[in-house]
Amino acid sequence: MTNPRHNRSSLRRTLFVCAGLFLVLILAFVISSILGAQRLSFGGALCALTGKANCSLSAEERAILFDIRLPRILLAGAVGTCLAAAGAAYQALLRNPLAEPYLLGVSNGAAVGTMTALVFFGAYEWSRPVLAFAGATAATFLVYRLARGRAGATPERLILAGVIVTTFLSSAIVFITTVMDATRIRSFTFWLLGDLSGTTSNLLIVAFLAAVVGVIALGVNARALNLLMLGERDAFDLGVEVGRVRLVVFAAASLLVGASVASSGSVGYVGLVVPHLVRLSFGSDNRLVIPAAAIGGATFVIIADTLARTVIAPRELPVGAITALIGAPLFVYLLRRGAASV
Amino acid sequence: MLEARNITVNYDSRVAAAEISLLVEPSKVISIIGPNGAGKSTLLRTLNGNVIPTTGEVILDGRPLHSYARRVVAQRVAVVAQEADVRFPVTVFEFVIGGRYAWANVTAWGWESVRDIELAQNAIAITELNGFESRLMNELSGGERQRAVLARALATEAKIFLLDEPTANLDLAHQATMLRLIRSRCDKSDSAAVVVTHDVNLAAEFSNEVMLMKEGRSVAFGSPHEILTEQLLKEVFALQVLVDAHPVSGAPRVTPVHEMKSVPPA
Repeated sequence: MTNPRHNRSSLRRTLFVCAGLFLVLILAFVISSILGAQRLSFGGALCALTGKANCSLSAEERAILFDIRLPRILLAGAVGTCLAAAGAAYQALLRNPLAEPYLLGVSNGAAVGTMTALVFFGAYEWSRPVLAFAGATAATFLVYRLARGRAGATPERLILAGVIVTTFLSSAIVFITTVMDATRIRSFTFWLLGDLSGTTSNLLIVAFLAAVVGVIALGVNARALNLLMLGERDAFDLGVEVGRVRLVVFAAASLLVGASVASSGSVGYVGLVVPHLVRLSFGSDNRLVIPAAAIGGATFVIIADTLARTVIAPRELPVGAITALIGAPLFVYLLRRGAASV
Repeated sequence: MLEARNITVNYDSRVAAAEISLLVEPSKVISIIGPNGAGKSTLLRTLNGNVIPTTGEVILDGRPLHSYARRVVAQRVAVVAQEADVRFPVTVFEFVIGGRYAWANVTAWGWESVRDIELAQNAIAITELNGFESRLMNELSGGERQRAVLARALATEAKIFLLDEPTANLDLAHQATMLRLIRSRCDKSDSAAVVVTHDVNLAAEFSNEVMLMKEGRSVAFGSPHEILTEQLLKEVFALQVLVDAHPVSGAPRVTPVHEMKSVPPA
């Protein structure tokens, strides 16, 4: 693969790249809306999506498109944006190309929060994103403290800390499932792997708002993240208020992960695959990486979910199974390359 | 411009630096010399606010260092650290222009101005990194990377430079170039530099004042001629040295005397 060696990115280049990625996202959106157990005609779907009335779709097809597929695609996009932007931020802040919400255990923290809300405060839907955010924050704090040695956090140490937090929280998840009634357990195992089928319109709105707020919060700190990527001491020397930026970035990332897990479970590896591809294609400047990953993440999860819905139609796979199938080999590749270069 | 007033730094129970005072004045280069673990780097990091002294205080332009916003300190004090540890594909230009962060109009957001870009290009040129702008930092040699770190410090337009073993990775020619750059910057633009170094002879050539440190304390402070004596160096390093004059510059020249008796023949 080629590594483009641009001197620097500029606002113009960032806007150009983001516009291009946005066109790809629209294309994925339209194609995803016609594919599924029931195939819709391209022209009919496009016609209906652009808001026209007399399209060549039956009433049943319209219902499939607007009531089933569209909310799900919108959710896939929001979740992808949340996870990819959070992944890019974790990687810069923790100086680790392998950092990823799922691998760090942050997704699991949010999952414990969501399940606690479901079991104990089932009547209050808003408690799910709130507790998911709390769980993600707690897991972030925990993994950060565990990974920080005297010599700073090495990549291997961070991943080990992530494994510890993940397994610990997994046992908490198992504990919570034992107090659930048996009929719900199967849907939960599905949800834990990332499932976009069972959300509500409120949670979809929460995921969208979190994506917008979180990506903006990360974006305004992108230039500071460029320096933090080179080390906390370097960033401090060059004028970054390290403590404040770290707090804002961790909070924003926890918000992104919390909202996406509350609405669709733990979709893994999105935060690894997408920022990595963006960096490989456009360089490491976070002012470009964060918005580009946000748009690319939406495209990636929409495509993954389309595959999840279609490969064994009419049955479905959890979307997390597809993303892990793509992400795990990439993780191994990055780990090997990292070990070779150190 | 920058002054340490009787600072003591304790790490847990260990005393890393004790009762040190140091005045950094315009156009002065001060070298700090001493054995490993003498507290040289701790002192340097205290001068930058990175380490907070347990007692005593650091004064920058008449006010306590900690009363400034981080960005204001970074506009006035630049650090050249030992080694840049770059784990992402960052180009030399991206790295050097990082020095302009403290001058951004809006906190943390926005893009570099034309002036920022000019300053970064200028810093790249004077550190002899022309043509390297688009190379990746982690593909450079240790010496090239060290020069990029210096270029970034020069791009900050700070008046005070704090250098932690700036010549450790450099070959003979670039060692001299590096210190000549710092020296001429200090002479021309009322800048000042504090250099932690193990290279006693370079310190003798390029500095106005030398501080000898041992076990966290300042043992002696003065001009290179006053400080780099056989007696003081023996006291601090527990090593016999010969000191004579450099044949060209006349600066003190230090040569360790190695006693080979205890080493068995190969």
